[in-house]
Amino acid sequence: MDLLTVLQVLDSTVRLATPLLLACLAGLFSERAGIFDIGLEGKMLAAAFFSAAIAAVTGSVWIGLGAGILASLSLSGLHGLASITFRGNQLISGVAINFLAAGLTVLIAQSWFQQGGRTPALLSGGRFGGITLPGAEALREVPVLGPIYYELISGHSILVYVAFACVPLTWWILYRTRFGLRLRAVGENPEAVDTAGISVIRLRYAAVLICGLLCGIAGAYLATALQAGFVQDMTAGRGYIALAALIFAKWRPWQALYATLLFGFLQAIALRYQNLDLGFFTLPVQAMDALPYILTVVILAGFIGKAVPPRAGGEPYVKER
Amino acid sequence: MTGQNANGARQATAAPDPQVPAIELRGISKAFGPVQANKGISMRVMPGTIHGIIGENGAGKSTLMSILYGFYKADAGEIMISGRPTVIPDSQAAIAAGIGMVFQHFKLVENFTVLENIILGVEGGGLLRPSLAKARAALKSLAEEYELNVDPDAVIEDIGVGQQQRVEILKALYRQADILILDEPTGVLTPAEADHLFRILRNLRDEGKTIILITHKLREIMEITDTVSVMRRGEMTATVKTTETSPEHLAELMVGRKVLLRVEKTPATPGKPVLEVDNLRVVDAAGVERLRGVSLNIRAGEVLGLAGVAGNGQSELLEVLGGMMPAAGQVLLNGQPIPLTGPHADGQSRRTAGIAHVPEDRQRKGLIMDYTAWENSVFGYHRDPAIGRGPLMRNAAILEHAQQQMQRFDVRPPNPRLAAKSFSGGNQQKVVLAREIERGPDLLLIGQPTRGVDIGAIEFIHQQIIALRDAGKAILLVSVELDEIMALSDRIAVIFDGRIMGEVAADQASAQELGLMMAGVATGKAA
Repeated sequence: MDLLTVLQVLDSTVRLATPLLLACLAGLFSERAGIFDIGLEGKMLAAAFFSAAIAAVTGSVWIGLGAGILASLSLSGLHGLASITFRGNQLISGVAINFLAAGLTVLIAQSWFQQGGRTPALLSGGRFGGITLPGAEALREVPVLGPIYYELISGHSILVYVAFACVPLTWWILYRTRFGLRLRAVGENPEAVDTAGISVIRLRYAAVLICGLLCGIAGAYLATALQAGFVQDMTAGRGYIALAALIFAKWRPWQALYATLLFGFLQAIALRYQNLDLGFFTLPVQAMDALPYILTVVILAGFIGKAVPPRAGGEPYVKER
Repeated sequence: MTGQNANGARQATAAPDPQVPAIELRGISKAFGPVQANKGISMRVMPGTIHGIIGENGAGKSTLMSILYGFYKADAGEIMISGRPTVIPDSQAAIAAGIGMVFQHFKLVENFTVLENIILGVEGGGLLRPSLAKARAALKSLAEEYELNVDPDAVIEDIGVGQQQRVEILKALYRQADILILDEPTGVLTPAEADHLFRILRNLRDEGKTIILITHKLREIMEITDTVSVMRRGEMTATVKTTETSPEHLAELMVGRKVLLRVEKTPATPGKPVLEVDNLRVVDAAGVERLRGVSLNIRAGEVLGLAGVAGNGQSELLEVLGGMMPAAGQVLLNGQPIPLTGPHADGQSRRTAGIAHVPEDRQRKGLIMDYTAWENSVFGYHRDPAIGRGPLMRNAAILEHAQQQMQRFDVRPPNPRLAAKSFSGGNQQKVVLAREIERGPDLLLIGQPTRGVDIGAIEFIHQQIIALRDAGKAILLVSVELDEIMALSDRIAVIFDGRIMGEVAADQASAQELGLMMAGVATGKAA
């Protein structure tokens, strides 16, 4: 395997890991505040559709991104309303959001575009193109470092860089700011937050909305950067894989990056080596495609050791007086 | 002077006027539906004093304090803080008025450090670094001033409850509290930790802080308070100077009738050995040896009290004997070995053999809180043919039986259809006790019989234990309340770090000697 092949696989890893990373960080904000969110998938799907649809209609990918984020935010608001204000069951609310998104996106797509539940293919203005970083062309011929810079680091869409920048940003917010301290506290012991005179409700809504924002970006990336348009069920379980990565990462931002890169890598392998020839046996494409999902099951089955979720997670806060 | 360590959100005020009450309540009333939790309560607490509030569970103490801390809004009445009428709609307002609260169940974030817990809510800026540095400095001066030593970088879940409580006090002081309310602060503390707490409270009082101590323990009221208010059924029945009252008088004010504070009992007439425990060993899941060769015996008609600081193996001993935990060693009941491992080492078999068990944690192991009292009244005995045939239960018979049981054991209200969780702590305990005592077991294992139980019910439970002893049964009593052990036991064994440190006859035991053994210091009489 030459350097170029390795770089191409890694490049593909980065592209495929990006939506997982954004969704994983989205889940991190929500769950660290004590709101379990199984609806990452639905929010991403809604954002994917609306970003592609609006981008197709207006021809502007930025307006599309805005629409995707807005769609995801409204579903977040719904989740917040159900699980924070009305103290409903967070899993049920999340599942409902997933169903809602899966059905509505196809229905609206069919009604608007009559293309069998998909949006028209996006033209160049309706997509996020790759950005060539300064000096990439010039350095291209430098041995080893040149190709790494040109192939792997340069040439991604803006959203990839945003996603990776979100990792240190999330870490900094969580561990270095007042907001982060309170966010972590409200996921562990909301009573402590309440008696300290801070609003549990407001904090949790803030967390859920950040989750919506990041899911929105993740969904828009799928439809307007990774692909060129929306197709039915295009998230393909990425929301669930992001949740698995979140547990794998034990709800920590840097570990979330590593976990999603691992999943992205597996997807990249599956994409590149459709039929893996092991000499005596050829691993069919289906097996390769299933790899990330198999890993998810293995990880969730407790391969990672003890992962302690935020202690107040999943529990609606009722003042005990 | 509070001004010396100004560090919280509030500006330090001038020294309080010693003539103006720090807190004055005028005609505070609060009803929850038909229940009048507080009725026209008026109270004055002078600055620089420790004021006790004593009353049984449900007397309205906690409601009153919740009103002061902004959790409830009073239906009527006013609150004056240092002479100024003050409205307290939420905790934020209470903190701003200089009120700090140390709850019975701490409000700490378990996986945060001490410092992080202290600044939560009063960070004083968007970034943590400067806030943490400021708190660290303030903590140092508070520690020196009041003996409040805690490692600021320790994580809460790694430190003991005594230290966690100090963190709660520090939280209040860091928020510039002049008035500190403590709700049942010694419930979870060892005697030494409680003494330390009282030293801290006296220091705080001497520095001009006002302290309100809510408790049901008469001894603490007598030991530390300057004045004391008694609450009964939502009303404040009396406020007296502590030096001018006595425990008996306070108990009478609390309960509304004369209460026996000492347990009346005749000397034991022990018979043949009922329980013989030899070299019992238990290793827990983490590989730590919790029992390191415990041997003891109890004869018919005697109470063996097992004293010790919580966590020294007494819980494990109870669970092994009760069939809830496997162990190595030998246990004889009436001369016959009972299995310590395998399928017959369970609660069911133990009860059939004649060992009844009132677990230490009655809400988790003694009752199913969502089940009714009558359903709870047969757990562990549900294979009794009088109660069930095969898979079917005779509900009508159980219900009637539970009804009688509740009357005999004075469970209030005597309604077997109520869920266990809707009874008070004392009445829950009576439901468990009735179930376990009724069938006349040869051996009763009883852990923390009066934890969270009010004083009227304590008297009743103690009488039941002594009555069972006088009926010729053997009793193993485990309690972290040394007073209770000394009052009920005929012999007292002390457990420390999984070993029996020694054994003394109850009438020759002194609290000092037992206290030393509880701390792991062997005395001359050690067995």
